[in-house]
Amino acid sequence: MSQSKPLSLHVPEPTGRPGCKTDFSYLQLSPAGAIRRPPIDVAPLDTSDIATGLIRVLDENGDAVGPWAPEVEPELLRFGLRTMMKTRIFDARMVIAQRQKKMSFYMLSLGEEALGTAQALALEDGDMHFPTYRQQSLLIAKQVPLVEMICQLLSNEKDPLKGRQLPVMYSVRRAGFFTISGNLATQYPQAVGWAMASAIKGDTKIASAWIGDGATAESDFSTALTFAHVYRAPVILNVVNNQWAISTFQAIAGGESVTFATRGIGSGIASLRVDGNDFLAVLSASRWAAERARSNLGPTLIEWVTYRAGPHSTSDDPSRYRPADDFQHFPLGDPVARLRQYLTKQGWWSDEENDRVQAELEAEVLAAQKEAESYGILGDERAPSAATMFEDVYKEMPEHLRRQRQELGV
Amino acid sequence: MARDDQPKDTATMPMTMIQALRSAMDVMMERDDNVVVYGQDVGYFGGVFRVTDGLQAKYGKSRVFDAPISEGGIVGTAVGMAAYGLRPVVEIQFADYFYPATDQIVSEAARLRYRSAGEFTASMVIRMPCGGGIYGGQTHSQSPEAFFTHVCGLRTVMPSNPYDAKGLLISSIENDDPVIFLEPKRLYNGPFDGHHDRPVVPWSGHALGNVPTGHYTVPLDKANIVRPGNDVTVLAYGTMVWVSEAAARESGVDAEVIDLRSIWPLDLDTIVDSVKKTGRCVIVHEATRTSGFGAELAALVQEHCFYQLEAPIERVTGWDTPYPHAQEWAYFPGPDRVAAALKRTMEGR
Repeated sequence: MSQSKPLSLHVPEPTGRPGCKTDFSYLQLSPAGAIRRPPIDVAPLDTSDIATGLIRVLDENGDAVGPWAPEVEPELLRFGLRTMMKTRIFDARMVIAQRQKKMSFYMLSLGEEALGTAQALALEDGDMHFPTYRQQSLLIAKQVPLVEMICQLLSNEKDPLKGRQLPVMYSVRRAGFFTISGNLATQYPQAVGWAMASAIKGDTKIASAWIGDGATAESDFSTALTFAHVYRAPVILNVVNNQWAISTFQAIAGGESVTFATRGIGSGIASLRVDGNDFLAVLSASRWAAERARSNLGPTLIEWVTYRAGPHSTSDDPSRYRPADDFQHFPLGDPVARLRQYLTKQGWWSDEENDRVQAELEAEVLAAQKEAESYGILGDERAPSAATMFEDVYKEMPEHLRRQRQELGV
Repeated sequence: MARDDQPKDTATMPMTMIQALRSAMDVMMERDDNVVVYGQDVGYFGGVFRVTDGLQAKYGKSRVFDAPISEGGIVGTAVGMAAYGLRPVVEIQFADYFYPATDQIVSEAARLRYRSAGEFTASMVIRMPCGGGIYGGQTHSQSPEAFFTHVCGLRTVMPSNPYDAKGLLISSIENDDPVIFLEPKRLYNGPFDGHHDRPVVPWSGHALGNVPTGHYTVPLDKANIVRPGNDVTVLAYGTMVWVSEAAARESGVDAEVIDLRSIWPLDLDTIVDSVKKTGRCVIVHEATRTSGFGAELAALVQEHCFYQLEAPIERVTGWDTPYPHAQEWAYFPGPDRVAAALKRTMEGR
């Protein structure tokens, strides 16, 4: 008869808390160029090694190496760098605007700019992204006017969503950007359904689903994987593993001793794990997954390993749960700096150009902000009319909403 | 019974509610390539209640197909399909099992149009067999309509006979708002007035089981006065329409029985006109009482008919307990309980 010891509950903890240094050895990194590039018709289970490895193209010297190094025009990469810089500048300005109480709330994407930017360039017009609240780089890469975005943030008279939505919850159908919901993970099965619809109609469009590491714990995540696998839906299932869900380290989401990419393998979905701060790797892996989907070969799950460099939102203070200098130690560095290093080394970018572009973009964002603010800021008289509050609940306004609108006297 | 919406030039045939619902989907799939039908056991097998029988064979697997057992996935993918431009008609096998899809229904389908200012819409129908009276126990008998009527952006519909079932389902599929389509499974094969000790009558012997084979609609947001009367207004839907008619007959009270058909948004004018005429109102539903839809109906009648009311509004409902198995007929609001309420109301309590 064996001696039973008392059981104990395991509660994962990050190694780094305020005042300590994070031990990033848990990340399971691979050297640039080390991971093979399978054919797009690879059997899902045959991507198991890639789901635990890490696809990287840019090495420490800023050279593009290995089988995933994409063939890409310098102009596209220069556009990519500009877009990432623009996203970062936009975020920084909007945080200031929030602090100035011009808007109630903001969420920046510092450190994650490569993801939306490169994937937008890998997909085509007509494809539909089902983003979370941290893929504003998609909109900026699609060249959606900044004024329009800021009007949404300000909930002013030109807010395309008529003041109904919290800031950042954009909806831009013409840019292939699905309406953002506050409810996490819901867009994941919706993206699969959209992709199924494209397949049902014999279309050639594909869908791209986005989720964070924390939200993979929502039931809609596994549901989406099941449906995508069962119906071989033409969808890219992006998991942005930025290591943090507000204050919660990714281990609490189920990331301890396992990668999120392997969840795809277990569901029968070809899965890649990719350096999310390596613009060339993001572009290349996104192209691979898009081609696979468009060739009717089925879904791909991609775990993007990155780091949420900023606070979760303007309502969050990360210094209360993680080291203040964590991002400086993150082994995959800064996506903007890494692409800049590569382009500079190729002779496609220079310090002078960088300074000039930085100044241009800052002026562009500032001008857009000024124009947007001329249409009103949160809480001033140029808000969308209260009468519009009752519209679009249904296609036609039903009788009870007409009565309620009259009751409000508008 | 007046059927002002009945087409004059369409051939009819006897149908059960099951066949009528199937016919509605058949008609709509024929007319609109964007209509797709899926759910658990819905495809090859034709549904556990046979409502989708033969549709996959006729329209192919890309239009009618089996789904994994995942209510959240079924509704969530349907929202995505609707955003693309399809018109999904999905099935939740029992209304008792919609709960895992709640987030997709409440936070997504219902809000899509509003939060995107009309950029994205969820023109879709979620079919759910509902209601008790079949010894279904706790998880095959529930009437969760009040969960849906509380959600702004949804339409909630429940037919009580084959003719309405087909016409309302076609209207729901054609409607651009998300529709929760509740099907009282107790009425699938024949009307049921709560007299469980009597033999079941099939729809084939009933006028409302004579259903046009082609396209027709029964309008949403329009109630139906199924039994005109002058003494008291009875507000009911689904199986309770038949129970209420029986109670009116048996109590001798000249009750005006209104089948809401569309639970929310509803036909307030028909309700208010009737209560203003009768001065009394009894509300009947199978769902549990507290915060059930009857509470909303009572409030509406009180707000709009206060000066005409001659007695307190009565509610005859399921008890505030989970739906039991052995105690089926003590739980189910049968004709005796409704008749007693009618008499109490006539006495002014």
